[in-house]
Amino acid sequence: MRYAMAIDTKKCVGCSDCVIACQIENEVPVGYCRDWVTETVHGSYPMLELELRSERCNHCDNPPCVRCCPTGASHVVEGGVVLVTPNKCIGCGACIESCPYEARYSHPDGHVDKCTFCIHRIRKGLQPACVAVCPTRCMYFGDLDDPSSEVSEMLRTRKYKVLAPEAGTKPQVYYLV
Amino acid sequence: MAPFLLVLGLFFLFLDLKHKLFFWRLYTTIRLESPMSWGAWVLMVITPLSFLWSASYLKELVPTWRWRWKFLERLEGLVIRYRTPIAWVMILYSLILGIYTGILLSAFNARPLWNTALLGPLFLVSGLSTGAATIMWMSKIHLERRLFTRIDLILIGIELFLIIHLFMGFLAGPEVQIEAASLFLNGRYALPFWGLVVVMGMVLPFFLEVLELRGKKIPAAIPAILILAGGLIFRIIMVEAGEATRYLY
Amino acid sequence: MKTRRDFIKITGLGLAGLAIGGGTFKFLQGSSLWDSVLGEGITRLPTYCEVCFWKCAGWVYKDERGKLLKVIGNEIDPHCTGRLCPRGTGGLGMYYDTDRLSTPLIRTTNAEGKQVFRKASWEEALQLVADKMKQVSDQHGPESVALFNHGSSGDFFEHLFKAYGSQTIAAPSYAQCRGPRDVGFKATFGSALGSPEPLDIRDTRCLVLIGSHLGENMHNGQVQEMSEAIDKGADIITVDPRFSTAASKSKFWLPIKPATDIALLLAWMNVLIGEDLYDKAYIEKYANGFERLKHHVRRFTPEWAYGITTIKPAEIRATARLMASAAPAVIVHPGRHVTWYGDDTQRSRAIAILNALLGSWGRRGGIYFKETLPLPKYPYPDYPTPAWDWKETLGDRYPFADSGVSNALVDATIPENGRKARIKAWVVTGTNLPASMPDKPRLEQAINALDFLAVVDTMPMEITGYADVILPECTYLERYDEIRNAPHREPNLAIRMPVAEPLGDSKPSWWITKQLGEKLGLGAWFPYRDYSEVLDWQLKQVGSSLDELQKVGVKKFERNGPLYMNEDQGYVFPTPSGKIELYAAAFEQSGFDPLPNYTAHPEPGEGYYRLIYGRAPMHTFSRTANNALLADLMDENDVWVNPKVAGIWGLENGQMVWLKNQDGVVSTFPIKVRITERIRWDSVYMVHGFGQTQKELTRAYGKGASDSELITRTMVDPIMGATGLRGNFVTFLLDEPVKAFES
Repeated sequence: MRYAMAIDTKKCVGCSDCVIACQIENEVPVGYCRDWVTETVHGSYPMLELELRSERCNHCDNPPCVRCCPTGASHVVEGGVVLVTPNKCIGCGACIESCPYEARYSHPDGHVDKCTFCIHRIRKGLQPACVAVCPTRCMYFGDLDDPSSEVSEMLRTRKYKVLAPEAGTKPQVYYLV
Repeated sequence: MAPFLLVLGLFFLFLDLKHKLFFWRLYTTIRLESPMSWGAWVLMVITPLSFLWSASYLKELVPTWRWRWKFLERLEGLVIRYRTPIAWVMILYSLILGIYTGILLSAFNARPLWNTALLGPLFLVSGLSTGAATIMWMSKIHLERRLFTRIDLILIGIELFLIIHLFMGFLAGPEVQIEAASLFLNGRYALPFWGLVVVMGMVLPFFLEVLELRGKKIPAAIPAILILAGGLIFRIIMVEAGEATRYLY
Repeated sequence: MKTRRDFIKITGLGLAGLAIGGGTFKFLQGSSLWDSVLGEGITRLPTYCEVCFWKCAGWVYKDERGKLLKVIGNEIDPHCTGRLCPRGTGGLGMYYDTDRLSTPLIRTTNAEGKQVFRKASWEEALQLVADKMKQVSDQHGPESVALFNHGSSGDFFEHLFKAYGSQTIAAPSYAQCRGPRDVGFKATFGSALGSPEPLDIRDTRCLVLIGSHLGENMHNGQVQEMSEAIDKGADIITVDPRFSTAASKSKFWLPIKPATDIALLLAWMNVLIGEDLYDKAYIEKYANGFERLKHHVRRFTPEWAYGITTIKPAEIRATARLMASAAPAVIVHPGRHVTWYGDDTQRSRAIAILNALLGSWGRRGGIYFKETLPLPKYPYPDYPTPAWDWKETLGDRYPFADSGVSNALVDATIPENGRKARIKAWVVTGTNLPASMPDKPRLEQAINALDFLAVVDTMPMEITGYADVILPECTYLERYDEIRNAPHREPNLAIRMPVAEPLGDSKPSWWITKQLGEKLGLGAWFPYRDYSEVLDWQLKQVGSSLDELQKVGVKKFERNGPLYMNEDQGYVFPTPSGKIELYAAAFEQSGFDPLPNYTAHPEPGEGYYRLIYGRAPMHTFSRTANNALLADLMDENDVWVNPKVAGIWGLENGQMVWLKNQDGVVSTFPIKVRITERIRWDSVYMVHGFGQTQKELTRAYGKGASDSELITRTMVDPIMGATGLRGNFVTFLLDEPVKAFES
């Protein structure tokens, strides 16, 4: 099993519903977030390209954060989901520095926090909160090892990219372009 | 002095933790892949050892000193008997400790500036150089001073070599590392790095030490302080600049 | 004797003192239900959103202690199909806002002679409002009490006012927003578009957006359908001086010179007709005045338009052909906020005509036939006929206005040119007039001329500072409102019910109006104890009940007629001629152009840039700037500046500047510069709704700048009275301007 997310940049309007849905679902304190929207503009007026991306932890296949963690608080569970166990985390920040995606933040309670792919929802057979709320339905979540999953289907039929592939982390959030 | 500096360092490390109550979690697991885990365990071993080591010399420094409990006297005997193996262990561990910061930083994929295998040796050599400088400064024995001045000259040479090598590696690397290097070659860290770290902290003390060896009267403190300051600024700059280099945005 | 109404800053009277869990949101652990799965002790109740006018139906989840957990879209609701937009998702922030109005407030003069608000009981506040209304009514008639309304609570006040004998009613959503569009479409097709617009975006093959920044305005259903259309391979053409989100998803982006849209629309007609690309059968069968139109647009070649719009002739032709190739599954989007340049009805007419030429009205992938359920009104007594109403305030102006014109009400409040004011008192509910209307000095002039002003709101918005009495309304999560019966593909009803007790001493509008009604002797129009009785009665007339709706939230009903035109049967348009009126004879009779014409509008002088404003997907008007959850997503606006312009001014990204408009008005607060290629060099852009001056809005105060205060010049549409707002030009002040002392 290999959980992954595919996000269609052709449809995303950058509304940030994914951000607020995550904040509410996961009780992320106001002022912090586990996912966010970035905007990149290429070209110059009037030949322009704009890409909006909902970003989050990439649940890398080769997660530097897990390697760096001195206590095992950062660990990998089923489907390659990278989690942090708050009461094992000493807040050393090594994982924050090791993440090329800046997906981790220091929770005001002291431990490090990040996207969990809403594993508590996945385990109940639900979609992650961001995916479930997205008005443009531009996000797909599922198991890459299952060829019939929506996300497998998307990666089979569409062009895609990942962020900072040169960092060697093998990220599992794919952007359909 | 060493054990107290170590404890001070440990204290600062602890202060830096955001989830302090859980620091003991470091010692419920050994994670071979995590430099931080290595560091924690090495400190765990070397700190008490260095206390023991220092304590075993206490009677030489303070002849009237007597241990309060019998078992401590016995322990002292043991330590004194095994000074040589303990010294080897400590040298091994201090090498790991010296190289640790560099390895720790180089393990961070996200920071192109740090993500190079040269960083470990560079930090080690820089650390050894500052150590040698401290001894040059503090030692009262002339021969020892000369010995460590010579060692330091070699260390500075290696250090300069590694720095040049580091930047050559960056410039031959992927775009993000070229960008990282440019922070130092013409970016905002160029002046403090080449001016303060390389010239003031290495080249200048290098010449002062050479002059001193040739018999010129130069206060031992000057090159030593320059080297110590250079070493410190080097670390500050590497950490700061490393945090400024990234893959995205 | 009238006193000068000092603007009062409300202090320390908000909800902040109440224990409602502070400013941070900590939701119940383990409450992981974005879906219909209910956990231990967790219940859900139906609502429809009030954070914007789209009114998406949803479920509010709460735990056994009554704590509200989240709001989720209702799966069967056609407005949202189970997915709320960020504002709807953040709706709880409105409920938990610590700055909410919590108690009635009455203007009074304190010992130092300063005007302040004092807390009052509902009884006292309501009695005062009723007394003042009676007093004004006795002297000038009930018609001289005007109502400015918006949103759900406005419905109740409209009922109260009509019962009271005043139909001097206007909503800024007409003359400051979508009025011209509805007038233009009505003049063409005989039917206004209404809300939600009956656009078949999900099945369209070509969507043309003119100044509509769908995706940044989160008109939820439309954004969802646009996304679906992208999936299906539809082409989008976006006309916008700014590279909007929608533009980035478009096959063609036409970065038009602002204020020249009609020229482009005429050129498109020229190409469609000149190249024989229009829907001949459709036009022949359903439309009037085609020959006149053909003759009219002959001059308006793409080459002619190029000189005006800066859009290349080849692009004008290519886009016209693209539309024609997709026709009739093509939508030239009518837009929503269309009050730009004072000829907006004519521009909307041009858009309507273009849709007609493409045959999109009544066609799949074009504009479908909307339907609403005929829901009986509760049997109230008939309303008295007022001696005069809002139309009277127009005089012989704006003959095609078919709803209250807010700026005309303002005019009628100011005694000038030897004319006495007809309007003496206002009740304002659910609209923050200083932000929703242009020309603040004139608004203040009107307010200062009033005998009495009562404001109903949930938040201490700027308008409350002018009030004599403030009535704190509870939020949509704490009240019953009217049944939502909005037009759609399928007729459907949705209900809103209280999911929590009102916080503080706030009250629902149905209750407030009932109390006022009774105090005014209008008890016959308020024959219920609880508004749920009315809802239940209405629902039972259509074979449902309040009980049922509380379980399902939304109920769909069968259509009466077809969704699209039945080509064999023919179709009679609800126009005087029964056909699409390409040539608007009625306009001609009133002295307006029967066919749209391009007129040149003022352009920015040297060093000035046209002020364009718009929306961000996470905010609604000025209403949400203080919502903790939404402010966390975006807490200030910035001003978009082309790099070339930035170069001239030496601006840097993130630099704070003040904006000064053509009339010397300077923004109260500075605004961050955002240097971006995404905007033309003759314009600057900012998101509306920021730069709030109310200190009581602790999160919103002083964040960003207000576009509204820089809009002091309006171009009024002579056809229906809408205020064109995009003829204002701003320049940059790099240093903080020296402020004159406020008197």
